[in-house]
Amino acid sequence: MIRTLKRMRYRIGLSSIFHGLIVLFAFLITIPLIAILYFVVREGITRINWNFLIHIPKPVGEEGGGIANALLGSLIIVVVAALIAIPVGIFSGIYLSENKSSRLSYWSRLAVDILQGVPSIVIGIVIYFWIVKPSGTFSAISGSIALAIMMLPIIIKSTEETLKLIPANLKEAGFALGLPYHKVILRVIVPCGMSGILSGVILAVARIAGETAPLLFTAFGNPYLSTNIAKPMQTLPLLIFNYATSPYEDWHNLAWGASFILLIWILLLNIITKLVTKKWKVQL
Amino acid sequence: MAFAMGKCINKGVKKITYSYRKVRFENIFRRSLMLTALAVLIIVIGIFFTLVVQSMPSIKTLGIKYIWSKTWDPVSDMYGAFPFLLGTLLTSFLALIISIPFSFAIAVYLGEYNTTGWLGGLLKNMVELIAAVPSVIYGFWALVTLVPIVRNFETKIGVAPYGVGIFTSSIVLAIMIVPYAASLGRELIRLVPSSLKEGAYSLGATRYEVVKNVILPHTKSGLMAGILLSLGRALGETMAVTMVIGNTSIIPTSIFSPGNTMASVIANEFTEADRTVYLSALIELALVLFLVTVVINMIGKRIIKRFTYD
Repeated sequence: MIRTLKRMRYRIGLSSIFHGLIVLFAFLITIPLIAILYFVVREGITRINWNFLIHIPKPVGEEGGGIANALLGSLIIVVVAALIAIPVGIFSGIYLSENKSSRLSYWSRLAVDILQGVPSIVIGIVIYFWIVKPSGTFSAISGSIALAIMMLPIIIKSTEETLKLIPANLKEAGFALGLPYHKVILRVIVPCGMSGILSGVILAVARIAGETAPLLFTAFGNPYLSTNIAKPMQTLPLLIFNYATSPYEDWHNLAWGASFILLIWILLLNIITKLVTKKWKVQL
Repeated sequence: MAFAMGKCINKGVKKITYSYRKVRFENIFRRSLMLTALAVLIIVIGIFFTLVVQSMPSIKTLGIKYIWSKTWDPVSDMYGAFPFLLGTLLTSFLALIISIPFSFAIAVYLGEYNTTGWLGGLLKNMVELIAAVPSVIYGFWALVTLVPIVRNFETKIGVAPYGVGIFTSSIVLAIMIVPYAASLGRELIRLVPSSLKEGAYSLGATRYEVVKNVILPHTKSGLMAGILLSLGRALGETMAVTMVIGNTSIIPTSIFSPGNTMASVIANEFTEADRTVYLSALIELALVLFLVTVVINMIGKRIIKRFTYD
Protein backbone atom coordinates (compact mmCIF):
# COMPACT_ATOMS: atom_id res chain seq x y z
CA MET A 1 0.00 0.00 0.00
CA ILE A 2 2.67 2.46 1.03
CA ARG A 3 4.77 1.37 -1.91
CA THR A 4 2.01 2.09 -4.41
CA LEU A 5 1.42 5.44 -2.72
CA LYS A 6 5.11 6.28 -3.05
CA ARG A 7 5.12 5.12 -6.63
CA MET A 8 2.12 7.32 -7.36
CA ARG A 9 3.73 10.33 -5.75
CA TYR A 10 6.85 9.71 -7.83
CA ARG A 11 4.84 9.52 -11.03
CA ILE A 12 2.90 12.68 -10.29
CA GLY A 13 6.11 14.44 -9.30
CA LEU A 14 7.79 13.37 -12.54
CA SER A 15 4.82 14.62 -14.50
CA SER A 16 4.94 18.04 -12.90
CA ILE A 17 8.69 18.27 -13.37
CA PHE A 18 8.13 17.48 -17.04
CA HIS A 19 5.42 20.12 -17.22
CA GLY A 20 7.79 22.67 -15.69
CA LEU A 21 10.56 21.81 -18.14
CA ILE A 22 8.25 22.08 -21.14
CA VAL A 23 7.02 25.51 -20.05
CA LEU A 24 10.57 26.64 -19.25
CA PHE A 25 12.06 25.60 -22.59
CA ALA A 26 9.05 26.79 -24.59
CA PHE A 27 9.32 30.28 -23.16
CA LEU A 28 13.13 30.47 -23.11
CA ILE A 29 13.09 30.89 -26.89
CA THR A 30 11.32 34.21 -26.54
CA ILE A 31 14.34 35.69 -24.76
CA PRO A 32 16.57 36.02 -27.84
CA LEU A 33 13.60 37.30 -29.83
CA ILE A 34 12.85 39.98 -27.25
CA ALA A 35 16.56 40.80 -27.05
CA ILE A 36 16.75 41.28 -30.82
CA LEU A 37 13.61 43.39 -30.97
CA TYR A 38 14.75 45.48 -27.98
CA PHE A 39 18.20 46.02 -29.49
CA VAL A 40 16.99 46.98 -32.94
CA VAL A 41 14.38 49.35 -31.53
CA ARG A 42 16.77 50.93 -29.00
CA GLU A 43 19.58 51.45 -31.50
CA GLY A 44 17.38 52.18 -34.49
CA ILE A 45 14.67 54.51 -33.28
CA THR A 46 17.04 57.36 -32.40
CA ARG A 47 18.43 57.43 -35.96
CA ILE A 48 15.06 57.81 -37.60
CA ASN A 49 14.26 61.33 -38.70
CA TRP A 50 13.22 63.07 -41.86
CA ASN A 51 16.80 63.50 -43.12
CA PHE A 52 17.50 59.81 -42.59
CA LEU A 53 14.64 58.94 -44.90
CA ILE A 54 15.31 61.39 -47.75
CA HIS A 55 19.12 61.46 -48.04
CA ILE A 56 21.58 58.98 -49.43
CA PRO A 57 24.51 57.71 -47.29
CA LYS A 58 27.39 60.14 -46.83
CA PRO A 59 31.06 59.09 -47.06
CA VAL A 60 32.73 57.82 -43.91
CA GLY A 61 33.59 60.62 -41.51
CA GLU A 62 30.79 62.95 -42.46
CA GLU A 63 27.85 63.41 -40.11
CA GLY A 64 24.34 62.52 -41.16
CA GLY A 65 23.28 60.83 -44.33
CA GLY A 66 20.35 58.52 -44.82
CA ILE A 67 19.11 55.46 -46.58
CA ALA A 68 16.80 56.90 -49.24
CA ASN A 69 18.49 54.85 -51.98
CA ALA A 70 17.92 51.59 -50.12
CA LEU A 71 14.31 52.40 -49.26
CA LEU A 72 13.45 53.24 -52.84
CA GLY A 73 15.47 50.30 -54.19
CA SER A 74 13.82 47.80 -51.87
CA LEU A 75 10.41 49.09 -52.83
CA ILE A 76 11.11 48.90 -56.58
CA ILE A 77 12.72 45.47 -56.46
CA VAL A 78 10.00 43.93 -54.30
CA VAL A 79 7.18 45.46 -56.37
CA VAL A 80 8.70 44.24 -59.64
CA ALA A 81 9.27 40.79 -58.12
CA ALA A 82 5.64 40.66 -57.02
CA LEU A 83 4.45 41.76 -60.47
CA ILE A 84 6.36 38.86 -62.00
CA ALA A 85 5.49 36.23 -59.41
CA ILE A 86 1.77 36.94 -58.83
CA PRO A 87 0.41 36.09 -62.32
CA VAL A 88 2.70 33.09 -62.81
CA GLY A 89 2.05 31.81 -59.28
CA ILE A 90 -1.72 32.19 -59.42
CA PHE A 91 -1.93 30.62 -62.89
CA SER A 92 0.13 27.58 -61.91
CA GLY A 93 -1.90 27.31 -58.70
CA ILE A 94 -5.10 27.29 -60.78
CA TYR A 95 -3.64 24.65 -63.08
CA LEU A 96 -2.65 22.44 -60.16
CA SER A 97 -6.06 22.68 -58.49
CA GLU A 98 -7.91 22.13 -61.79
CA ASN A 99 -5.81 19.17 -62.94
CA LYS A 100 -5.32 17.21 -59.74
CA SER A 101 -3.88 14.05 -61.21
CA SER A 102 -2.37 14.85 -64.58
CA ARG A 103 1.25 13.89 -65.13
CA LEU A 104 2.31 17.52 -65.51
CA SER A 105 0.75 18.46 -62.18
CA TYR A 106 2.60 15.64 -60.43
CA TRP A 107 5.96 16.87 -61.71
CA SER A 108 4.98 20.48 -61.25
CA ARG A 109 4.04 19.86 -57.62
CA LEU A 110 7.35 18.11 -57.08
CA ALA A 111 9.12 21.10 -58.62
CA VAL A 112 7.28 23.46 -56.26
CA ASP A 113 8.34 21.32 -53.30
CA ILE A 114 11.95 21.35 -54.47
CA LEU A 115 11.91 25.07 -55.19
CA GLN A 116 10.70 25.77 -51.67
CA GLY A 117 13.79 24.12 -50.20
CA VAL A 118 16.42 25.56 -52.53
CA PRO A 119 18.84 27.75 -50.53
CA SER A 120 18.41 31.38 -51.52
CA ILE A 121 22.08 31.82 -52.37
CA VAL A 122 21.83 29.08 -55.00
CA ILE A 123 19.01 30.99 -56.70
CA GLY A 124 21.22 34.09 -56.65
CA ILE A 125 24.03 32.23 -58.43
CA VAL A 126 21.73 30.76 -61.06
CA ILE A 127 20.17 34.14 -61.85
CA TYR A 128 23.68 35.53 -62.14
CA PHE A 129 24.32 33.11 -65.00
CA TRP A 130 20.88 33.54 -66.54
CA ILE A 131 20.67 37.31 -66.58
CA VAL A 132 23.62 39.20 -65.09
CA LYS A 133 26.34 37.52 -67.15
CA PRO A 134 24.59 37.67 -70.56
CA SER A 135 23.58 41.30 -70.02
CA GLY A 136 27.01 42.21 -68.72
CA THR A 137 25.88 44.19 -65.69
CA PHE A 138 24.35 43.66 -62.26
CA SER A 139 20.79 44.91 -62.37
CA ALA A 140 17.77 45.44 -60.18
CA ILE A 141 15.59 43.42 -62.55
CA SER A 142 17.77 40.34 -62.07
CA GLY A 143 17.33 40.75 -58.30
CA SER A 144 13.58 40.99 -58.80
CA ILE A 145 13.55 37.79 -60.84
CA ALA A 146 15.54 35.95 -58.16
CA LEU A 147 13.07 37.11 -55.51
CA ALA A 148 10.13 36.25 -57.78
CA ILE A 149 11.39 32.66 -58.04
CA MET A 150 11.48 32.52 -54.25
CA MET A 151 7.92 33.85 -54.03
CA LEU A 152 6.49 31.34 -56.51
CA PRO A 153 6.20 28.26 -54.25
CA ILE A 154 4.34 30.17 -51.52
CA ILE A 155 1.86 31.75 -53.94
CA ILE A 156 1.32 28.51 -55.87
CA LYS A 157 0.73 26.48 -52.70
CA SER A 158 -1.72 28.93 -51.15
CA THR A 159 -3.62 29.34 -54.43
CA GLU A 160 -3.87 25.59 -54.96
CA GLU A 161 -4.95 24.86 -51.38
CA THR A 162 -7.56 27.65 -51.40
CA LEU A 163 -9.08 26.75 -54.74
CA LYS A 164 -9.27 23.07 -53.79
CA LEU A 165 -11.70 23.97 -51.01
CA ILE A 166 -14.17 25.75 -53.30
CA PRO A 167 -17.23 23.53 -53.88
CA ALA A 168 -17.51 22.03 -57.35
CA ASN A 169 -21.16 23.01 -57.76
CA LEU A 170 -20.17 26.68 -58.04
CA LYS A 171 -18.15 25.76 -61.09
CA GLU A 172 -20.89 23.55 -62.47
CA ALA A 173 -23.44 26.34 -62.04
CA GLY A 174 -21.17 28.59 -64.08
CA PHE A 175 -20.88 26.05 -66.87
CA ALA A 176 -24.64 25.43 -66.81
CA LEU A 177 -25.18 29.12 -67.55
CA GLY A 178 -23.04 28.70 -70.64
CA LEU A 179 -20.00 30.58 -69.38
CA PRO A 180 -16.73 29.78 -71.13
CA TYR A 181 -14.00 28.10 -69.07
CA HIS A 182 -11.86 31.18 -68.55
CA LYS A 183 -14.82 33.18 -67.29
CA VAL A 184 -15.78 30.45 -64.82
CA ILE A 185 -12.22 30.43 -63.49
CA LEU A 186 -11.55 34.16 -63.47
CA ARG A 187 -15.02 35.43 -62.53
CA VAL A 188 -16.30 32.69 -60.22
CA ILE A 189 -13.53 30.52 -58.82
CA VAL A 190 -10.75 33.06 -58.30
CA PRO A 191 -12.97 35.73 -56.64
CA CYS A 192 -14.26 33.05 -54.26
CA GLY A 193 -10.72 32.15 -53.24
CA MET A 194 -9.42 35.73 -53.32
CA SER A 195 -8.75 35.95 -49.59
CA GLY A 196 -6.58 32.84 -49.53
CA ILE A 197 -4.68 33.89 -52.63
CA LEU A 198 -4.22 37.40 -51.25
CA SER A 199 -2.84 36.19 -47.94
CA GLY A 200 -0.46 33.87 -49.81
CA VAL A 201 0.80 36.82 -51.84
CA ILE A 202 1.32 39.03 -48.77
CA LEU A 203 3.06 36.19 -46.96
CA ALA A 204 5.34 35.68 -49.94
CA VAL A 205 6.21 39.39 -49.99
CA ALA A 206 6.92 39.29 -46.25
CA ARG A 207 9.22 36.31 -46.73
CA ILE A 208 11.33 37.88 -49.48
CA ALA A 209 11.37 41.49 -48.33
CA GLY A 210 14.25 40.71 -45.96
CA GLU A 211 16.21 38.41 -48.26
CA THR A 212 19.83 39.32 -48.83
CA ALA A 213 21.57 36.29 -50.27
CA PRO A 214 19.87 36.19 -53.69
CA LEU A 215 20.58 39.90 -54.16
CA LEU A 216 24.33 39.71 -53.51
CA PHE A 217 25.15 38.74 -57.10
CA THR A 218 22.13 40.26 -58.82
CA ALA A 219 21.03 43.68 -57.53
CA PHE A 220 24.52 44.04 -56.04
CA GLY A 221 23.96 47.35 -54.23
CA ASN A 222 24.58 50.93 -55.19
CA PRO A 223 25.66 53.87 -53.01
CA TYR A 224 23.63 56.33 -55.08
CA LEU A 225 19.96 56.89 -55.69
CA SER A 226 18.87 54.96 -58.76
CA THR A 227 15.52 54.16 -60.31
CA ASN A 228 16.84 52.36 -63.40
CA ILE A 229 15.96 48.69 -63.09
CA ALA A 230 18.62 47.76 -65.66
CA LYS A 231 21.35 49.06 -63.33
CA PRO A 232 22.54 47.93 -59.88
CA MET A 233 20.31 49.06 -57.05
CA GLN A 234 20.64 49.26 -53.26
CA THR A 235 18.15 47.48 -51.00
CA LEU A 236 17.64 47.60 -47.24
CA PRO A 237 18.98 44.07 -46.49
CA LEU A 238 22.04 44.61 -48.69
CA LEU A 239 22.73 47.94 -47.02
CA ILE A 240 22.45 46.37 -43.56
CA PHE A 241 24.81 43.56 -44.55
CA ASN A 242 27.44 45.85 -46.11
CA TYR A 243 27.37 48.47 -43.37
CA ALA A 244 27.08 46.07 -40.43
CA THR A 245 30.22 44.22 -41.49
CA SER A 246 32.14 47.49 -42.07
CA PRO A 247 34.41 48.78 -39.30
CA TYR A 248 32.97 52.32 -39.21
CA GLU A 249 30.74 53.55 -36.41
CA ASP A 250 28.77 55.91 -38.70
CA TRP A 251 27.90 53.07 -41.02
CA HIS A 252 26.84 50.87 -38.11
CA ASN A 253 24.43 53.59 -37.10
CA LEU A 254 22.96 53.72 -40.58
CA ALA A 255 22.62 49.93 -40.50
CA TRP A 256 20.73 50.09 -37.16
CA GLY A 257 18.29 52.62 -38.58
CA ALA A 258 17.83 50.50 -41.68
CA SER A 259 17.29 47.37 -39.54
CA PHE A 260 14.60 49.19 -37.58
CA ILE A 261 12.75 50.21 -40.74
CA LEU A 262 13.10 46.75 -42.30
CA LEU A 263 11.80 45.11 -39.13
CA ILE A 264 8.78 47.43 -38.94
CA TRP A 265 8.02 46.80 -42.58
CA ILE A 266 8.15 43.04 -42.19
CA LEU A 267 6.13 43.13 -38.98
CA LEU A 268 3.45 45.15 -40.74
CA LEU A 269 3.30 42.68 -43.62
CA ASN A 270 2.96 39.79 -41.17
CA ILE A 271 0.23 41.54 -39.20
CA ILE A 272 -1.66 42.25 -42.43
CA THR A 273 -1.41 38.55 -43.38
CA LYS A 274 -2.75 37.66 -39.92
CA LEU A 275 -5.67 40.04 -40.27
CA VAL A 276 -6.51 38.82 -43.77
CA THR A 277 -6.43 35.16 -42.74
CA LYS A 278 -8.43 35.89 -39.61
CA LYS A 279 -11.07 37.98 -41.35
CA TRP A 280 -11.75 35.42 -44.05
CA LYS A 281 -10.82 32.41 -41.90
CA VAL A 282 -8.29 31.04 -44.37
CA GLN A 283 -6.09 28.12 -43.47
CA LEU A 284 -2.56 28.43 -44.79
CA MET B 1 -34.99 41.42 -99.86
CA ALA B 2 -31.50 40.53 -100.95
CA PHE B 3 -30.27 43.30 -98.75
CA ALA B 4 -32.12 41.89 -95.71
CA MET B 5 -30.80 38.39 -96.38
CA GLY B 6 -27.29 39.72 -96.67
CA LYS B 7 -27.70 41.42 -93.30
CA CYS B 8 -28.99 38.19 -91.82
CA ILE B 9 -26.04 36.19 -93.15
CA ASN B 10 -23.71 38.86 -91.94
CA LYS B 11 -25.20 38.57 -88.46
CA GLY B 12 -24.81 34.78 -88.53
CA VAL B 13 -21.21 35.02 -89.64
CA LYS B 14 -20.53 37.52 -86.89
CA LYS B 15 -22.07 35.21 -84.33
CA ILE B 16 -20.02 32.26 -85.59
CA THR B 17 -16.77 34.22 -85.58
CA TYR B 18 -17.65 35.49 -82.12
CA SER B 19 -18.14 32.02 -80.66
CA TYR B 20 -15.15 30.81 -82.64
CA ARG B 21 -13.08 33.53 -81.03
CA LYS B 22 -14.48 32.54 -77.64
CA VAL B 23 -13.41 28.93 -78.15
CA ARG B 24 -10.00 30.04 -79.33
CA PHE B 25 -9.62 32.30 -76.31
CA GLU B 26 -10.62 29.42 -74.07
CA ASN B 27 -7.94 27.25 -75.62
CA ILE B 28 -5.35 29.97 -75.22
CA PHE B 29 -6.39 30.29 -71.58
CA ARG B 30 -6.09 26.57 -70.94
CA ARG B 31 -2.74 26.49 -72.67
CA SER B 32 -1.37 29.43 -70.69
CA LEU B 33 -2.38 27.73 -67.43
CA MET B 34 -0.46 24.68 -68.55
CA LEU B 35 2.51 26.74 -69.67
CA THR B 36 2.88 28.45 -66.29
CA ALA B 37 2.75 25.09 -64.53
CA LEU B 38 5.38 23.88 -66.99
CA ALA B 39 7.45 27.03 -66.35
CA VAL B 40 7.89 26.12 -62.67
CA LEU B 41 9.14 22.71 -63.69
CA ILE B 42 11.49 24.25 -66.25
CA ILE B 43 12.87 26.71 -63.67
CA VAL B 44 13.83 23.86 -61.32
CA ILE B 45 15.36 21.76 -64.11
CA GLY B 46 17.10 24.90 -65.37
CA ILE B 47 18.58 25.59 -61.93
CA PHE B 48 19.99 22.09 -61.77
CA PHE B 49 21.45 22.11 -65.28
CA THR B 50 22.91 25.60 -64.93
CA LEU B 51 24.73 24.48 -61.79
CA VAL B 52 25.99 21.29 -63.45
CA VAL B 53 27.15 23.03 -66.63
CA GLN B 54 28.85 25.88 -64.80
CA SER B 55 30.67 23.57 -62.41
CA MET B 56 31.89 21.32 -65.27
CA PRO B 57 35.38 22.92 -65.48
CA SER B 58 36.00 22.19 -61.81
CA ILE B 59 34.51 18.68 -61.98
CA LYS B 60 36.81 17.93 -64.92
CA THR B 61 40.04 19.36 -63.53
CA LEU B 62 39.60 18.52 -59.85
CA GLY B 63 37.59 15.31 -60.07
CA ILE B 64 36.02 13.58 -57.12
CA LYS B 65 38.92 14.26 -54.75
CA TYR B 66 37.67 17.86 -54.63
CA ILE B 67 35.27 16.72 -51.92
CA TRP B 68 37.94 15.59 -49.45
CA SER B 69 40.95 17.72 -50.39
CA LYS B 70 41.80 19.69 -47.29
CA THR B 71 43.32 22.86 -48.73
CA TRP B 72 41.41 25.76 -50.16
CA ASP B 73 43.95 28.25 -51.48
CA PRO B 74 42.81 30.05 -54.64
CA VAL B 75 46.09 32.02 -54.82
CA SER B 76 48.09 28.85 -55.47
CA ASP B 77 45.22 27.26 -57.40
CA MET B 78 44.36 24.60 -54.82
CA TYR B 79 40.70 23.84 -54.27
CA GLY B 80 39.41 21.43 -51.66
CA ALA B 81 35.88 21.54 -50.33
CA PHE B 82 36.50 19.59 -47.14
CA PRO B 83 36.84 22.58 -44.77
CA PHE B 84 33.49 23.91 -45.93
CA LEU B 85 31.73 20.57 -45.84
CA LEU B 86 33.00 20.08 -42.29
CA GLY B 87 32.05 23.64 -41.35
CA THR B 88 28.54 23.22 -42.75
CA LEU B 89 28.00 19.88 -41.05
CA LEU B 90 29.35 21.13 -37.70
CA THR B 91 27.27 24.32 -37.62
CA SER B 92 24.08 22.66 -38.84
CA PHE B 93 24.18 19.66 -36.54
CA LEU B 94 25.23 21.70 -33.53
CA ALA B 95 22.39 24.11 -34.26
CA LEU B 96 20.01 21.18 -34.62
CA ILE B 97 21.06 19.70 -31.28
CA ILE B 98 20.67 23.04 -29.54
CA SER B 99 17.29 23.70 -31.14
CA ILE B 100 15.63 20.31 -30.59
CA PRO B 101 14.75 20.74 -26.88
CA PHE B 102 13.22 24.13 -27.58
CA SER B 103 11.23 23.15 -30.64
CA PHE B 104 10.04 19.97 -28.91
CA ALA B 105 8.97 21.93 -25.84
CA ILE B 106 7.10 24.47 -27.94
CA ALA B 107 5.41 21.74 -29.98
CA VAL B 108 4.27 19.86 -26.86
CA TYR B 109 3.24 23.02 -25.02
CA LEU B 110 1.16 24.39 -27.91
CA GLY B 111 -0.10 21.02 -29.08
CA GLU B 112 -1.02 19.47 -25.75
CA TYR B 113 -0.65 21.65 -22.65
CA ASN B 114 -1.98 25.00 -23.80
CA THR B 115 -3.91 24.68 -27.02
CA THR B 116 -6.40 27.52 -26.67
CA GLY B 117 -5.24 29.87 -23.91
CA TRP B 118 -4.07 33.43 -24.55
CA LEU B 119 -0.57 32.56 -23.34
CA GLY B 120 -0.38 29.80 -25.93
CA GLY B 121 -1.57 32.22 -28.60
CA LEU B 122 1.08 34.72 -27.55
CA LEU B 123 3.82 32.10 -27.72
CA LYS B 124 2.58 30.93 -31.11
CA ASN B 125 2.73 34.46 -32.50
CA MET B 126 6.21 34.99 -31.08
CA VAL B 127 7.47 31.77 -32.63
CA GLU B 128 6.07 32.88 -35.97
CA LEU B 129 7.83 36.19 -35.47
CA ILE B 130 11.15 34.37 -35.01
CA ALA B 131 10.69 32.94 -38.51
CA ALA B 132 9.79 36.35 -39.91
CA VAL B 133 12.82 38.34 -38.74
CA PRO B 134 15.25 38.67 -41.69
CA SER B 135 18.47 36.71 -41.37
CA VAL B 136 20.67 39.75 -41.86
CA ILE B 137 19.15 41.30 -38.73
CA TYR B 138 19.99 38.09 -36.82
CA GLY B 139 23.52 38.37 -38.14
CA PHE B 140 23.85 42.01 -37.17
CA TRP B 141 22.47 41.39 -33.68
CA ALA B 142 24.76 38.40 -33.20
CA LEU B 143 27.75 40.40 -34.36
CA VAL B 144 27.07 43.16 -31.84
CA THR B 145 25.78 41.30 -28.77
CA LEU B 146 26.42 37.57 -29.10
CA VAL B 147 30.03 37.74 -30.25
CA PRO B 148 31.26 39.62 -27.12
CA ILE B 149 29.33 37.22 -24.87
CA VAL B 150 30.88 34.19 -26.57
CA ARG B 151 34.31 35.84 -26.41
CA ASN B 152 33.96 36.27 -22.63
CA PHE B 153 32.82 32.68 -22.32
CA GLU B 154 35.80 31.48 -24.38
CA THR B 155 38.25 33.42 -22.22
CA LYS B 156 36.74 31.82 -19.15
CA ILE B 157 37.05 28.26 -20.39
CA GLY B 158 40.53 28.94 -21.76
CA VAL B 159 40.27 28.60 -25.51
CA ALA B 160 41.42 31.17 -28.05
CA PRO B 161 38.86 34.00 -27.71
CA TYR B 162 37.83 34.73 -31.29
CA GLY B 163 34.21 35.40 -30.45
CA VAL B 164 33.20 34.64 -34.01
CA GLY B 165 33.22 31.05 -35.17
CA ILE B 166 31.30 27.82 -35.49
CA PHE B 167 29.86 27.93 -31.97
CA THR B 168 28.44 31.44 -32.39
CA SER B 169 26.94 30.61 -35.79
CA SER B 170 25.35 27.49 -34.37
CA ILE B 171 23.59 29.49 -31.66
CA VAL B 172 22.22 31.99 -34.17
CA LEU B 173 21.18 29.18 -36.52
CA ALA B 174 19.51 27.31 -33.65
CA ILE B 175 17.33 30.33 -32.86
CA MET B 176 16.43 30.75 -36.52
CA ILE B 177 15.39 27.13 -37.17
CA VAL B 178 13.30 26.54 -34.04
CA PRO B 179 10.02 27.73 -35.66
CA TYR B 180 10.13 25.19 -38.51
CA ALA B 181 10.25 22.06 -36.38
CA ALA B 182 8.05 23.62 -33.69
CA SER B 183 5.10 24.58 -35.87
CA LEU B 184 5.07 21.26 -37.70
CA GLY B 185 5.34 19.34 -34.42
CA ARG B 186 2.46 21.33 -32.97
CA GLU B 187 0.22 20.49 -35.92
CA LEU B 188 1.05 16.79 -35.66
CA ILE B 189 0.59 16.58 -31.91
CA ARG B 190 -2.86 18.16 -32.36
CA LEU B 191 -3.73 15.42 -34.83
CA VAL B 192 -3.26 12.67 -32.22
CA PRO B 193 -6.77 11.22 -31.72
CA SER B 194 -8.16 12.30 -28.38
CA SER B 195 -9.64 8.82 -27.84
CA LEU B 196 -6.10 7.46 -27.53
CA LYS B 197 -5.12 10.11 -24.99
CA GLU B 198 -8.37 9.73 -23.04
CA GLY B 199 -7.88 5.98 -23.00
CA ALA B 200 -4.47 6.43 -21.40
CA TYR B 201 -5.80 8.96 -18.89
CA SER B 202 -8.64 6.65 -17.90
CA LEU B 203 -6.11 3.94 -17.17
CA GLY B 204 -4.54 6.33 -14.68
CA ALA B 205 -1.63 7.64 -16.71
CA THR B 206 -0.11 10.97 -15.76
CA ARG B 207 0.34 13.71 -18.31
CA TYR B 208 4.03 12.89 -18.74
CA GLU B 209 3.19 9.25 -19.36
CA VAL B 210 0.61 10.23 -21.96
CA VAL B 211 3.16 12.38 -23.78
CA LYS B 212 5.82 9.71 -23.56
CA ASN B 213 3.76 6.60 -24.30
CA VAL B 214 0.94 7.86 -26.52
CA ILE B 215 1.83 11.14 -28.22
CA LEU B 216 5.50 10.48 -28.92
CA PRO B 217 5.12 7.04 -30.51
CA HIS B 218 2.21 8.35 -32.56
CA THR B 219 4.06 11.40 -33.92
CA LYS B 220 7.63 10.08 -33.96
CA SER B 221 8.19 10.03 -37.72
CA GLY B 222 6.46 13.39 -38.15
CA LEU B 223 8.70 15.00 -35.53
CA MET B 224 11.69 13.52 -37.38
CA ALA B 225 10.41 15.14 -40.57
CA GLY B 226 10.20 18.49 -38.79
CA ILE B 227 13.80 18.10 -37.65
CA LEU B 228 14.85 17.24 -41.22
CA LEU B 229 13.15 20.35 -42.56
CA SER B 230 14.97 22.46 -39.95
CA LEU B 231 18.21 20.82 -41.00
CA GLY B 232 17.49 21.78 -44.61
CA ARG B 233 17.03 25.38 -43.48
CA ALA B 234 20.23 25.35 -41.44
CA LEU B 235 22.34 23.95 -44.29
CA GLY B 236 21.29 26.65 -46.73
CA GLU B 237 21.22 29.64 -44.40
CA THR B 238 23.71 32.19 -45.65
CA MET B 239 23.69 35.72 -44.31
CA ALA B 240 23.58 35.29 -40.54
CA VAL B 241 26.28 32.62 -40.73
CA THR B 242 28.48 34.64 -43.06
CA MET B 243 28.43 37.53 -40.62
CA VAL B 244 29.53 35.61 -37.53
CA ILE B 245 31.51 32.53 -38.61
CA GLY B 246 34.85 34.29 -39.09
CA ASN B 247 35.42 33.33 -42.72
CA THR B 248 38.66 31.39 -42.79
CA SER B 249 39.28 28.48 -45.09
CA ILE B 250 41.36 26.57 -42.54
CA ILE B 251 39.90 23.31 -41.27
CA PRO B 252 38.21 24.05 -37.93
CA THR B 253 39.99 22.33 -35.04
CA SER B 254 37.27 22.73 -32.43
CA ILE B 255 33.73 24.05 -32.28
CA PHE B 256 35.09 27.37 -31.03
CA SER B 257 37.40 28.02 -33.97
CA PRO B 258 36.37 30.22 -36.89
CA GLY B 259 35.55 28.53 -40.17
CA ASN B 260 33.38 28.78 -43.24
CA THR B 261 30.27 27.00 -44.49
CA MET B 262 29.50 26.22 -48.12
CA ALA B 263 26.96 29.03 -48.30
CA SER B 264 29.20 31.56 -46.56
CA VAL B 265 32.22 30.87 -48.77
CA ILE B 266 30.05 31.36 -51.85
CA ALA B 267 28.71 34.62 -50.48
CA ASN B 268 32.20 35.86 -49.68
CA GLU B 269 34.22 34.79 -52.69
CA PHE B 270 31.81 34.57 -55.62
CA THR B 271 32.27 38.16 -56.81
CA GLU B 272 36.04 38.06 -56.47
CA ALA B 273 36.58 34.70 -58.19
CA ASP B 274 38.54 35.73 -61.28
CA ARG B 275 39.57 32.38 -62.77
CA THR B 276 37.34 29.79 -64.41
CA VAL B 277 38.32 26.94 -62.10
CA TYR B 278 37.99 29.12 -58.99
CA LEU B 279 34.52 30.25 -60.01
CA SER B 280 33.35 26.82 -61.02
CA ALA B 281 34.73 25.29 -57.81
CA LEU B 282 32.42 27.68 -55.94
CA ILE B 283 29.51 26.70 -58.17
CA GLU B 284 30.23 23.05 -57.50
CA LEU B 285 29.77 23.88 -53.81
CA ALA B 286 26.40 25.39 -54.70
CA LEU B 287 25.54 22.22 -56.63
CA VAL B 288 26.39 20.04 -53.62
CA LEU B 289 24.35 22.34 -51.39
CA PHE B 290 21.42 22.18 -53.83
CA LEU B 291 21.46 18.39 -54.04
CA VAL B 292 21.81 17.88 -50.28
CA THR B 293 18.95 20.26 -49.42
CA VAL B 294 16.73 18.77 -52.13
CA VAL B 295 17.27 15.23 -50.82
CA ILE B 296 16.67 16.26 -47.19
CA ASN B 297 13.54 18.23 -48.06
CA MET B 298 12.16 15.42 -50.20
CA ILE B 299 12.59 12.86 -47.43
CA GLY B 300 10.97 15.24 -44.94
CA LYS B 301 8.03 16.01 -47.23
CA ARG B 302 7.52 12.32 -48.00
CA ILE B 303 7.25 11.52 -44.29
CA ILE B 304 4.78 14.35 -43.71
CA LYS B 305 2.66 13.28 -46.65
CA ARG B 306 2.42 9.75 -45.33
CA PHE B 307 1.43 11.22 -42.01
CA THR B 308 -1.44 13.34 -43.28
CA TYR B 309 -2.90 10.55 -45.41
CA ASP B 310 -2.89 7.89 -42.72
